[in-house]
Amino acid sequence: METLFFLIISLVAIVSAILVITCKNPINSALSLIMTFFCLATYYVMLDAPFMAAVQVMVYAGAIMVLIVFTIMLLNIRIDASKKHSHKLIFGSIIGFFTLLNVVFVLIRSRAAVPTGPYSGDMIKNIGHTELIGREMFTNFLLPFEITSILLLVAIVGAVILAKKKI
Amino acid sequence: MGIEILGLPMMYYIAMVAKVLVAFVFVLLTVAYATYAERKIIGHMQVRLGPMRTGWHGLLQPIADGLKLFFKEEIIPAQANKFAFLVAPLIALIPAFITFAVIPFGGVIEVAGYKIPLQIAAYYDTAAGQVYDVNVGVLYILAMSSLGVYGIVLAGWASNSKYSLMGGLRASAQMISYELAAGLCIIAVFMLSGTLSLTKIVELQSGMGGFDWYLFKQPLAAFMFFICSLAEINRTPFDLPEAETELVSGFCTEYSSMKYAMFFMAEYANMVTVSAITVTLFLGGWNGPLTAAMPLLGPVYFIAKVYFLIFVCMWIRATLPRYRYDQLMHLGWKVFIPLALVNIVVTGIIGYFL
Repeated sequence: METLFFLIISLVAIVSAILVITCKNPINSALSLIMTFFCLATYYVMLDAPFMAAVQVMVYAGAIMVLIVFTIMLLNIRIDASKKHSHKLIFGSIIGFFTLLNVVFVLIRSRAAVPTGPYSGDMIKNIGHTELIGREMFTNFLLPFEITSILLLVAIVGAVILAKKKI
Repeated sequence: MGIEILGLPMMYYIAMVAKVLVAFVFVLLTVAYATYAERKIIGHMQVRLGPMRTGWHGLLQPIADGLKLFFKEEIIPAQANKFAFLVAPLIALIPAFITFAVIPFGGVIEVAGYKIPLQIAAYYDTAAGQVYDVNVGVLYILAMSSLGVYGIVLAGWASNSKYSLMGGLRASAQMISYELAAGLCIIAVFMLSGTLSLTKIVELQSGMGGFDWYLFKQPLAAFMFFICSLAEINRTPFDLPEAETELVSGFCTEYSSMKYAMFFMAEYANMVTVSAITVTLFLGGWNGPLTAAMPLLGPVYFIAKVYFLIFVCMWIRATLPRYRYDQLMHLGWKVFIPLALVNIVVTGIIGYFL
């Protein structure tokens, strides 16, 4: 049953991912990308990571894609403008192919294939995914977490300075 | 009882389907009669009668309205983006309904020896003796409410008209701004609860005869959350996206027939959802006197509280004039977000010393 569900979701994910790059209209591409993000969120739920799933929908589908849709709408990109760059197709596909090879290699050979360490599936189920992430983030990974926050703060301040005429 | 499908008893599936149907029908009926109640309540507040002709005191008005909209001609503007134009009302309507999947509307009831928690996405584990629900319920609500904006933005853009686009832009700017403040208000709640599961949040509010409600522990957060929610669902006094005096009808200017009705339904369904979320987070959910003895009283209290908040929404609409756009943005970014942050800091300090 779970395998069947996984296959259906994967089919939707792959079809919508293909639609992202084949749609002529950028808005339709953006909508397909939102669909792909939803499928990814479903994978996270199936991997017992509900927090990641909620954040995936909230941040990617909810915030970043709204920004992208906004930009497309306000810039009003012409549909035929994208056709001129089709000679980059070959380079794109070469890069894509090697990225795919890389991902497959990592999945088969590295530690990601067989997770080790204290955080087993059972432990995550018992304690709860959100609690574990929170605990790790605010104890062992506090410094990277704070550095990321400062980075984001710098970006926000920069955006305000760029946007504001009089400071 | 004995039959099992995929390791779960037959009753599990029956209960699940029943819960989904009951919740869905409840929201739909509430939406239909909220339109009637709104016209009636505002009518009486303005010393008018409201709808009187269809049925006794106009009781059949929602059905007449529905039929009228159903039989209207459907017009798709020639220059519109067809796909986005058709899909936008659906995207607006669906998030409003699926939020109900995680809201607990009652305690655990027992039917034919099988215990059913009155919450759609939950089951009762007999071995552990407790209810398991979506343990990121609050985040699920935030995620779904962040999707509501797409319907309006797409409607505004796909119509290919200036009024619609302006309405769509206003709506999205407003919804994104107030989503932040609403999220920050919720953080203050789960700093106290220590859990994201809505069942546990409701359980934590059950003691002390109602004084355990987070309304009393987090009055500022409760107040701001409700106002932010009103702004997020574009209700008066924040209904700038469809300000009739400026934008004809905002993002739904070009819509007709059932598609217009769907936006209308989405607005009222959002109102029901927001009231239900506020009740769950701040007003003790389905808690009330005697729920331990009679579990079926839970849904009654829940519905009563939700209807009270819906009444408050209508009351506000009858009382307050519409905000100006710059006032709205000022209120969201310069008043609510700093206040919510201060609230979080104060909650943290008090929580540390208690």
